[in-house]
Amino acid sequence: MNPQAAINGSARSAGEWLGNLLTGHHGRRLVIALPYLWLFVFFILPFVIVLKISLAEVLLARPPYSPLWQFLEDSTLQIQLHLENYRRLWEDPLYLISYLKSLKIAGISTLVCLLLGYPMAYAIARTRDTLRNFLLMLVILPFWTSFLIRVYAWIGILKSNGLLNNLLLSLGVIDHPLPLLHTDFAVYLGIVYSYLPFMVLPLYATLSRMDLTLLEAAADLGCRPWKAFLRITLPLSLPGIIAGCMLVFIPAVGEFVIPDLLGGPDSLMIGKVLWTEFFSNRDWPAASAVAVVMLVLLVVPLALFQRAQEKSESETPR
Amino acid sequence: MTQSTSVKAPREPWRDPAAKPFVHIDNVTKVFDNTYAVDGVTLDIYQGEFFCLLGGSGCGKSTLLRMLAGLEQPTSGRILIDGADMTRVPPYARPVNMMFQSYALFPHMTVEQNVAFGLKQQKLGKGEIRDRVAGLLELVRMMPFARRKPEQLSGGQRQRVALIRSLARQPKLLLLDEPLAALDKKLREHTQFELVNIQERVGTTFIMVTHDQEEAMTVSTRIAVMEAGRIEQVGTPTSVYEYPASRHVAEFIGAVNSIEGRVVEQEGERLLIRSESLGCDLVMAHKQPLPEGTPVTVAVRPEKLLASGQAPAGSYNTVKGVITDFAYLGDVSIYLVRLPTGQQMRVQLTNLARLTENPLTWDQEVYLSWLPDSGVVFAS
Repeated sequence: MNPQAAINGSARSAGEWLGNLLTGHHGRRLVIALPYLWLFVFFILPFVIVLKISLAEVLLARPPYSPLWQFLEDSTLQIQLHLENYRRLWEDPLYLISYLKSLKIAGISTLVCLLLGYPMAYAIARTRDTLRNFLLMLVILPFWTSFLIRVYAWIGILKSNGLLNNLLLSLGVIDHPLPLLHTDFAVYLGIVYSYLPFMVLPLYATLSRMDLTLLEAAADLGCRPWKAFLRITLPLSLPGIIAGCMLVFIPAVGEFVIPDLLGGPDSLMIGKVLWTEFFSNRDWPAASAVAVVMLVLLVVPLALFQRAQEKSESETPR
Repeated sequence: MTQSTSVKAPREPWRDPAAKPFVHIDNVTKVFDNTYAVDGVTLDIYQGEFFCLLGGSGCGKSTLLRMLAGLEQPTSGRILIDGADMTRVPPYARPVNMMFQSYALFPHMTVEQNVAFGLKQQKLGKGEIRDRVAGLLELVRMMPFARRKPEQLSGGQRQRVALIRSLARQPKLLLLDEPLAALDKKLREHTQFELVNIQERVGTTFIMVTHDQEEAMTVSTRIAVMEAGRIEQVGTPTSVYEYPASRHVAEFIGAVNSIEGRVVEQEGERLLIRSESLGCDLVMAHKQPLPEGTPVTVAVRPEKLLASGQAPAGSYNTVKGVITDFAYLGDVSIYLVRLPTGQQMRVQLTNLARLTENPLTWDQEVYLSWLPDSGVVFAS
């Protein structure tokens, strides 16, 4: 083999290799690998660390928890799994109560967001083009200010000598200030206010994509407008409803800032409990256990739900 | 297959002055943002007809159909269906159903559920709905696909589902908005005949909107040719093709040779026309009197022209030209002939004999001729 041929050959094989990489199985794997790598580094890895800490014991040390494994002098590997934290979660009613309270607050807030957001999204999707962009702009506008500042602003509105109470007093609707701040009501208000755009936007996306001739067809087939909404628009916007509810419910369960700033002593949400365990008690293992249980309680039902939905979609009779 | 036992409507009810129209469109106008989509249309359609609204895009045919369905409100005028004023009746209360151009099948429902949708609104019993849906699916041979979703069907299958869904409520009047536009040519031709078959079997009055003149001529009892929101001509396919009321109709329906000229004189029903662009005199049949000097357009269909290598007898209606192009289409051949004046003529000849070579070919000189009553004269 002469040298020129060898160069040609290797150049060709390099080209083929690159081509295979991009078009063949390798290429496909490469493309899929990136999001998996992302998930691994930013989701699985931190989760494993949290899981590991949750199985440790509190120590007055740095880091403030016992190691999971250690080599003893007689060259044995000692692995200690402390399930104490999880047992405490189960036995101390504080945790269960705050879990249930979080689910309740998040659930009701999601429902309120849906009931408020659906008509908003519907109106935006059905209005004329020029007005639509303006209305969408109004929905997105609050994001231009920091979330924290917006929640603080509610304190100014809700406190005893705040805007709302002063307005009601001057109108003569009430005689003495209403206790609005540091109540569950304030927490609901804060969560609904903060997360409403996350409900409106996915709903708007599905509603604006809907083919309006379907409603004409329904009317033509004898369906009154209200019934056509229930039988056509509502089922077709279900993906948007699910997406919006998840976008509101999931962060609302773990919400910490809003109950901390607006809530009262009994607005005990799991996010706040976690914060207290971590920063006030310096009990990293307990905080980690709370986080793990919260994740499992949220992710497992969602995964099962998604699985069931995919199954029902692919399972169409031939 | 069982023979239809329904009594056929009289063949040409529109010729009978005593016949009562089934659909009466009375001076209907629709204005969108200061433009007249439909402009003073008056039209009578009779029981059992397969009526076509034919025209180019934006001529107002779809708007007229949507007003019949109740999806648009006329700006002025009235619409009567089976004697009842339907002008302000909402779509869900009309005895009318529509098949949409996009088919508008509900994507979250199966074929069966789509067809049953209209029946459920009528609050029929479960058993009856099932039987009627099954009968309709049988009608278009879609039974094996009853449980599929629309996205799992081919274009032709969706079209059939859309058709039976609109027939399910047994409407007095079925409206079809370009029902075959999304199908490929072969399937479209097949479906045209199937549509006519189904219409004859169910006996419903059909009104169809189309931009395809061949399709209109294949299926319809009568055609209304629309242009700029107005109706230019209403008639049977034959009368619209052979006796177009205007130059626009003649040019829209089929191919036509338009010849400009001036009236020289009229003798009874014979009109002598001198045409500069043709370079010869024409004698055409025309009943209405036209004064001398009137500018006219003579429209002659390509298949009405005779072409031959030898000069025909007589000096009228004969021109000589050169073949500049031709297309062999199997059953017919189409020739483009350029006259010495520059005018181009389109000639269509039927290939009667089996030949391996065309008798007429490029650059060959031919004589074109036609009979006085094979064309139409319009005063320009």
